Amino acid sequence: MTRAKPEDDEYWNSSKFKAFTFDDEDDEFSQLKESKRAVNSILVDEDEDEDDVERVSWSGEPVGSISWSVKETASSIRSGSEQSFPKIDTTPSLSKQGSGYSLSSLFKGNLHDLSPEETVRRMQKGRPFSLEKFRSLQDKLLLLDEAVAVYDGNVITAVSQILFRELMARDVALRHYVHYLKEMGEQKLLLMHYKEHLNIKDEGRRRDFLKSCLSLPFSQDDATHVQDHYTLLERQIIIEASDKKADAEIFKKFPRKASILNMPIITTLYYSCFYHYGESEGTFSSPSNIRKTFRISEKQYILTALGARAKLKSWFDVDSLFNTKNWLGYTKKKSPIGFHRVVDILHKNSAPVQVLQEYVNLIDDPDLKLSGALKYKCHDVVINTYRDLKDRQQLIVYREKLERDSPEYRKIQELLNNVQIRWKN
Amino acid sequence: MLISYQKKNKKKHHHLISSQLHSSLQKELLQFLLECCVGAAEPFYHPRRPHEVFLNPFCRPACQHRCKTRSASSQVYSAVQSVVGSLHMAHTEWKDAPGLPDFSLLKRLARDQLIFLLEQLPGKKDLFIDADLMSPLDRIANVTILKQHEVDKLYKVELKPIVSSSDQLCFLIRPRIQTVKWISDLVNADKVAGRFRRYKIIFTPQKFYACETVLEEQGVYGDVTTDEWNFYILPLDDDILSLELPEFFRDNFLEGDQRWVTTAGSALRLLQSVYGSFSKVYGIGRCAKMVYESWRELMEDGEQRTRQPEFAKVFLVDRDVDFVTPLCSQVVYEGLVDDLFRIKCGSVEFGPDVTSSDKSIKVMLNSQDKVFSEIRNEHFSNVFGFLSQKAKNLQTAYDKRRGMDIQQMKAFVADELKGLKQEHRLLSLHIGASESMMKKKTKQDFQELLKTEHSLLEGFEIRECITYIEEHINRQVSMIDSLRLLCLLSITENGLLSKDYRSLKAQYLQSYGIEHLLTFANLRQLGLLEEQQAGETLTVMESKVGKLVNDKTVGKLTDAFSSLAKKSNFRALSKRLALVPKSGEEYDLRVPRDMAYVFSGAYIPLSCKLIEQVLERDGWTGMEEVTRMLNGQEFAVTGGSSSSEARSKTDAQRIVLVMFLGGCTFSEISALRFLGKERGCRFIVVTTAITNSSRLLEALLDNSA
Repeated sequence: MTRAKPEDDEYWNSSKFKAFTFDDEDDEFSQLKESKRAVNSILVDEDEDEDDVERVSWSGEPVGSISWSVKETASSIRSGSEQSFPKIDTTPSLSKQGSGYSLSSLFKGNLHDLSPEETVRRMQKGRPFSLEKFRSLQDKLLLLDEAVAVYDGNVITAVSQILFRELMARDVALRHYVHYLKEMGEQKLLLMHYKEHLNIKDEGRRRDFLKSCLSLPFSQDDATHVQDHYTLLERQIIIEASDKKADAEIFKKFPRKASILNMPIITTLYYSCFYHYGESEGTFSSPSNIRKTFRISEKQYILTALGARAKLKSWFDVDSLFNTKNWLGYTKKKSPIGFHRVVDILHKNSAPVQVLQEYVNLIDDPDLKLSGALKYKCHDVVINTYRDLKDRQQLIVYREKLERDSPEYRKIQELLNNVQIRWKN
Repeated sequence: MLISYQKKNKKKHHHLISSQLHSSLQKELLQFLLECCVGAAEPFYHPRRPHEVFLNPFCRPACQHRCKTRSASSQVYSAVQSVVGSLHMAHTEWKDAPGLPDFSLLKRLARDQLIFLLEQLPGKKDLFIDADLMSPLDRIANVTILKQHEVDKLYKVELKPIVSSSDQLCFLIRPRIQTVKWISDLVNADKVAGRFRRYKIIFTPQKFYACETVLEEQGVYGDVTTDEWNFYILPLDDDILSLELPEFFRDNFLEGDQRWVTTAGSALRLLQSVYGSFSKVYGIGRCAKMVYESWRELMEDGEQRTRQPEFAKVFLVDRDVDFVTPLCSQVVYEGLVDDLFRIKCGSVEFGPDVTSSDKSIKVMLNSQDKVFSEIRNEHFSNVFGFLSQKAKNLQTAYDKRRGMDIQQMKAFVADELKGLKQEHRLLSLHIGASESMMKKKTKQDFQELLKTEHSLLEGFEIRECITYIEEHINRQVSMIDSLRLLCLLSITENGLLSKDYRSLKAQYLQSYGIEHLLTFANLRQLGLLEEQQAGETLTVMESKVGKLVNDKTVGKLTDAFSSLAKKSNFRALSKRLALVPKSGEEYDLRVPRDMAYVFSGAYIPLSCKLIEQVLERDGWTGMEEVTRMLNGQEFAVTGGSSSSEARSKTDAQRIVLVMFLGGCTFSEISALRFLGKERGCRFIVVTTAITNSSRLLEALLDNSA
């Protein structure tokens, strides 16, 4: 298939007259072939009603037999011409409404006389065509149906562009048009409208835009999130304005690297745990206010606060996060997240061994506890665990990894010399 | 007695086992082999030579299986094992596996057409190239070629005002409205400034009417000439062809835009016209059907060639048939490199952490790289051992120099040194890459992540998985990984319980930004992340109805309801196709027994399993339940009838073209290479783009302007 040269294209696109090109012969020939196929396909359609002739699918079973139809329910095969591949029935395309276009037009060369089918084929092949003939709604629909039937997105969009009024009833074409509109930046769909906020740079205007979204009929679930989004940005603007000029010790010691505007809720909470820890719930910037406003779970809160306070090496704050008092007044450490996870976070914030050790000891699962202790070199925990397991061999192995005459080394030594212990090995 | 299997060169290879067996046992063995070969596609038994059995390579696993289940006598068992073993050897050493067609031809064709198009605009010109076309262009032409055809300066399309003093501007772009709008603006700006230039847009791989309409609307239609560069296929390697259209996935599956359907059809048509026609086409998916139809239409228009085809079977598969596979962490070397460093157009950039110097290196990763080609399909756990062995060999080769005389040394330098140095360079690069990957993976607790993925695939300890995902989200670790796990959870569980969905979504939005509302809407539309709505009503209905009628009726009702809901059916599919091996079974990753090795033995890629099954059955017969669960849309068609018989014995029959519509992962390619080796055939992968979990999900994100 050779494409018309550019200059021919220009000619065709600007001319209303039929003219000769070098391609013409080929053009005529393929027109003939197209027509032939058009005619054939019509015959095939009619044929389908008559089941007299036994047709055989390529797998050898007679078409129409039960096993055949079971096999091919989703992919009924129309046996094609001998040399070529058969056509397969695809998704429910629209039924051809009023296939009343005249056959004679198929054989005419005039661009304005072409059938919808042939026009679409010409478009597919990049040959000259004219859409001017398709004036009536009926004609336009035929053209569109034809474009949809050949799955050519290129042609579908092209036809859709000029036929947008008729689109509403046809899903596939409509989606093409909607996508085209999206690309053109003219969409007004609900979430798409909400998405517009991303294009607004000024935070004040963005906040106002989000406020305007609150009245939109979002689903109940999404409405809550949009409301949160508005509230969050509103708070962030207030916090940002005051923190930009804040001169508290913490801001001098750890200067802010970026503004808090447009950050996620959890990042905002982390920020507040970092710079505004201990503020009363009445202030917008306090962790407790943020926690309450955005319904943050205890687990999430503890994780975030832990990260922020560990980063600041405020081990006292870390401890208080987990301390609970029972009715007798004893403090006990409790956590909604596994203590192995806590240890992991503490380690990532380079907590000292003493701190790590305390939390490693709190890990419930003995295997996790031991592997944590080994990983973070909490010697005491390792040694005590092996002692409790009465595992003499492991203690000897572990001793070799330690520095001679270190307290841990001596501790193992004492244990090994202790005749009271009944070792298992 | 003679066991034969036929290889490509039609020379029979025999395996004599008569000496090991009594004649009665021979009979038993024969009977046994006959039984396990029933259903195999190829003839295996010659009636006039009853002592010769032809083994179809495809029956090997069946043989082994039967051997285990059917209590064959121990002698027969060992005889079968020995036959099977020899077959296996034959496969691993299959030196005469069908040769692959020479795809460099496609590059030449594309280059020639580009040169032709550039010459259509004679004289010096500046060339503006779409950013995502630069790498593909690099693979087929270079700056010298462009300069030879009077390209003066090269620019990247950035959709910003340009600085060019040339009188002729040429734009090499993908057919995107935004780019055409930008060009129109340039032309109009020139007009205002009273500047005269010639403009030419070369669309690749094709132009869209919508783009021309933009030119018309912007009033520059006559000022700009347009052309098409039909650069449909870029060969990335001997067995990988890419359309380099990553947007195919989103456009087709999310937006429902079929603009690329004909492009894929044209790509098939191109392959067919260069390499001969196909005799059989199998496929599954809505898009696959459309592509097939589009290709068939194109084929009917063109001239028919009756030349011998170089491959005969084609399998078309939609990405949305199998979303699970691309969402899994990749653990074969090439896949892992892609996940961590992002292979772009067959090349990767290794940073300072890999090169252990201060600069980055760009490396081509393909079969030309002798080190890479040996490890690319290996499970990552085998790679270290392989590399260290390779390093030892290299050392030995270098050591040969000691004690050489001048003459020998001269020969060594001339013949071997260059090769050794090259290997040395590659080896240290891949060792560096492996180290860096190990470090990265240890840092992100890869083991725990993999454990969760495997539990999800197996449907085991789902509550623990949800807790893990929740913590992953809470800790704000990788936004994409969190999303990936959520999607895996949803697909494998047929959607999330309503309360889980809402809670996880809320936490995700808190951690990564509320604007991801749009992302969630996209994922829901694609069926990647859903809330079980029908499920809820179902249980309510069930319990209500349950009080009124007996259990049997409730069961029927449940079936009816579940068929109403659009479901991924992963669990049922997995069971039916045996995608997930029983837990607790040992899996030796050094000697993979099936395609599951690409996921540490935990899961056989659904897409590849479908391909295997369809090829084995030569169609979809017997897979009705599977296709029903995949929403149907399967087809198997054959072309002509005349010459297929004659062709069946040629190489072409053993080369299968697999086209992934919407992208394919390196893990899938590795799995298919494994399958090919097992079955004595070769797979050529044609994909709209190489994908992985990050690319797939990033295409669906809507969190930035």
